[in-house]
Amino acid sequence: MSKTPVIALAGNPNSGKTTLFNSLTGARQHVGNYPGVTVEKKEGIYSADGVRIRIVDLPGTYSLTAYSLEEVVTRDFVVNEKPDLVIDIVDASNLERNLYLAVQFLELGAPLCIALNMVDVAEARGIEIDMDRLSRHLGVPVVPTVARTGRGKRALMETAVKAMAHKGQAPLRISYGDDLDGAISEMEKEILKNAFLTQTYPPRWIALKYLENDQQILSKGRAAHPEVSKHLEQQVRKVSDHLMATTGNAPEALIADQRYGYIYSILKQGVVVHKKARDRLYHSDRIDKVLTHRVVGPLVMVLVIFGLYHFTFTYSKTPIAWVEYLFAWIQDMVQAFMPEGMLKSLVISGVIDGVGGVLSFVPLLLMMFFGIAVLEDSGYLARIAFMLDRVFSLFGLHGSSVMAYIVSGGIAGGCAVPGVMATRTLRSPKERLATLLTAPFMNCGAKLPVFALLIAAFFKENESVFMFAITLVAWAGALLVAKLLRVTVIRGAPTPFVMELPPYRWPMLKGLLIHTWERTWQYIKKAGTVILAISILLWAMMSFPRLPEDRGTSPGFEKKAASTSEPLPFQEDPSPSGQALPEARRAQRALRHSIAGRIGVALEGISRLAGFDWRVNIALIGGFAAKEVVVSTLGTAYSLGETDVQDSTPLSEKLAESPGWRPLTALSLLIFTMFYAPCFITVISISREAGSWKWGAFSILFNTTFAFLLAAALFQIGSWLGY
Amino acid sequence: MRRILMRQMKDNQSGTIVNIKANGELGRRIRDMGLVPGTPIKIQGRAPLYDPVALKVLNFTLTLRNREADFIVVEVDE
Ligand SMILES: Nc1nc2c(ncn2[C@@H]2O[C@H](COP(=O)(O)OP(=O)(O)OP(=O)(O)O)[C@@H](O)[C@H]2O)c(=O)[nH]1
Ligand SMILES: [Mg+2]
Repeated sequence: MSKTPVIALAGNPNSGKTTLFNSLTGARQHVGNYPGVTVEKKEGIYSADGVRIRIVDLPGTYSLTAYSLEEVVTRDFVVNEKPDLVIDIVDASNLERNLYLAVQFLELGAPLCIALNMVDVAEARGIEIDMDRLSRHLGVPVVPTVARTGRGKRALMETAVKAMAHKGQAPLRISYGDDLDGAISEMEKEILKNAFLTQTYPPRWIALKYLENDQQILSKGRAAHPEVSKHLEQQVRKVSDHLMATTGNAPEALIADQRYGYIYSILKQGVVVHKKARDRLYHSDRIDKVLTHRVVGPLVMVLVIFGLYHFTFTYSKTPIAWVEYLFAWIQDMVQAFMPEGMLKSLVISGVIDGVGGVLSFVPLLLMMFFGIAVLEDSGYLARIAFMLDRVFSLFGLHGSSVMAYIVSGGIAGGCAVPGVMATRTLRSPKERLATLLTAPFMNCGAKLPVFALLIAAFFKENESVFMFAITLVAWAGALLVAKLLRVTVIRGAPTPFVMELPPYRWPMLKGLLIHTWERTWQYIKKAGTVILAISILLWAMMSFPRLPEDRGTSPGFEKKAASTSEPLPFQEDPSPSGQALPEARRAQRALRHSIAGRIGVALEGISRLAGFDWRVNIALIGGFAAKEVVVSTLGTAYSLGETDVQDSTPLSEKLAESPGWRPLTALSLLIFTMFYAPCFITVISISREAGSWKWGAFSILFNTTFAFLLAAALFQIGSWLGY
Repeated sequence: MRRILMRQMKDNQSGTIVNIKANGELGRRIRDMGLVPGTPIKIQGRAPLYDPVALKVLNFTLTLRNREADFIVVEVDE
């Protein structure tokens, strides 16, 4: 029994790997027209004509150094997993640059087959490629394909199956010029003599990596054979000093130059013929003349972003309402048919509210991801990054950070969950982390009811000014904190912004749908499970321990006391509010008696510094479930009975009259709500996108501390000034 | 023929790369994209705030920040 052979798909970003992968395996896959979207390794099965092959989609890379994660992933996969064949997808319209990677695979001795993709684009550009010659010069099979239509797919796989049969081709040896060749062959001898890492890598390749100062290989070498490694490093230093003195460049520079030289020498031998002038403007360049124009460009960008926003948040309203009706209906059913008791309260407030909350996001996410996929696949997202990079780089971020900010509520009313997930389009790891940690400072749709409540209560005359100011404060806060993070915990030089602007392409509907659905499904799967647990926990915190007089009786009001976990407002039954029902009073006392209530009371000592009493504290704890819960919990805490998140007039009147409240208190709470811990759905997204729960925990602790310091400083200084 | 830094090139100006004065990660990323001595390039334009710069290399469009363009020496016709 032989095991299923493995083929790895590698190639430059945007060369069509994922498109080919989808067409070969029929699997759901992420396709993007933005360099470097695929960061994970994805697998599928190809089966036809009785052969079954495992196909792995590797991340796009330009080279095989150890500088970026994508490159290390690709290299390690080829070296460690030893796939039976590597299909290098080469963009025929960019042959020179794409072959740079192919040559490195050959030097590594990987069994290679070249899929010459995008031949349609090359033809349109008047680039003629002699495949046979190219194949002969490189010593590997070359098959023309158009991944988008599936052209050449069968021929490619037939060739691949044949190529897998006779493997074991010797690593390619390129001449690197007199200075280097001497050193390389000396080092090679020493490597061979000592069997230095030769189990894993070809000897000449190891020598090259030493000369290139490749950190991964250096540390492996030092661990395996410290003595040999030391000697090799000495040799490298000698050559390096010599080269630096004569040319001013390190060996790695010369190596790259020579690799390109090798490629040009092949292409010149009749492999490529350009039938049209090379410096002619392509369609894409013409479009760019307008879309990245100094004046028109930003205008169009504002329109596009606004359009995306409008599209998403307007058209998702109706389906969101459907989901909410559905859950409200389920809730009513449970209300009507389940016997009274704690279990009922748990099912209604813990389970249904929690799951309903997660699912009510789905229509919004579908729309948002679809919109972003269009921007990404068309190539426009890269232009947005290009135009805005100047601003964002000042704060240690990247031009692409803007998408995450805007989706999160950079225009008030977004949502941080898709915002955090939108950071995937960022290729620079540090910039990406800083972006996803600060995006939740933006004013998402759930914070708005809280702001509306406070503004209505205390700043009614300046409503619109306040709303605008809130947006500015959020941006300023997010950018400054990003800068702070980038000089402290996420310190490090900016990742070089050497980014390709892919040509504009019409997105493929199939690609868009796969893309959208994959992201949304990931959210449902991962968020769903954890959210259920947390919303039950929050429910328990606000329900237990119960008032002594309620134990054993039917806690019919429990739902009100703990009606919390509603990331998006459910349609509440029109309950008479404003009148202090005895039941509402009981709810207030029950809330104060619960764990959350006790925490709220216990924290009063500190929270007084920012002007918050125990009621506000409980509301803020509830806000961890979803920010608008602050409003409904305040309602309960002020014994107003159920407070409608949409219409909180009675509550705002109550607050305005309360002796403990003055405009400064409201301002302090406003600032705190803006910056404190993101809701837990966002925290889960952060943890997942950052790859560690530590960052989720960090965002809870850091944001809350930061928000508290701001609010307390504001409150103290304000009080001192007599406000 | 004159040698200048890429940052000093005007929009639509063409030239040929002479030297990349950066090593390490930055040098690597620049060279990986085909910017090696002898490669012809043409400045396509700059972002609205004059940074980054977009240039045509071989058959594609590359963008880099001015601080990175400072490491690239280009030979241009007068
Ligand atoms: N005209 C044309 N377009 C293609 C072809 N193959 C892929 N594309 C398009 O090129 C774009 C990039 O394709 P992807 O499959 O996402 O590229 P990738 O190599 O997976 O890119 P990364 O994951 O970013 O590394 C998409 O818009 C595809 O529709 C082709 O043969 N011809
Ligand atoms: Mg891909």
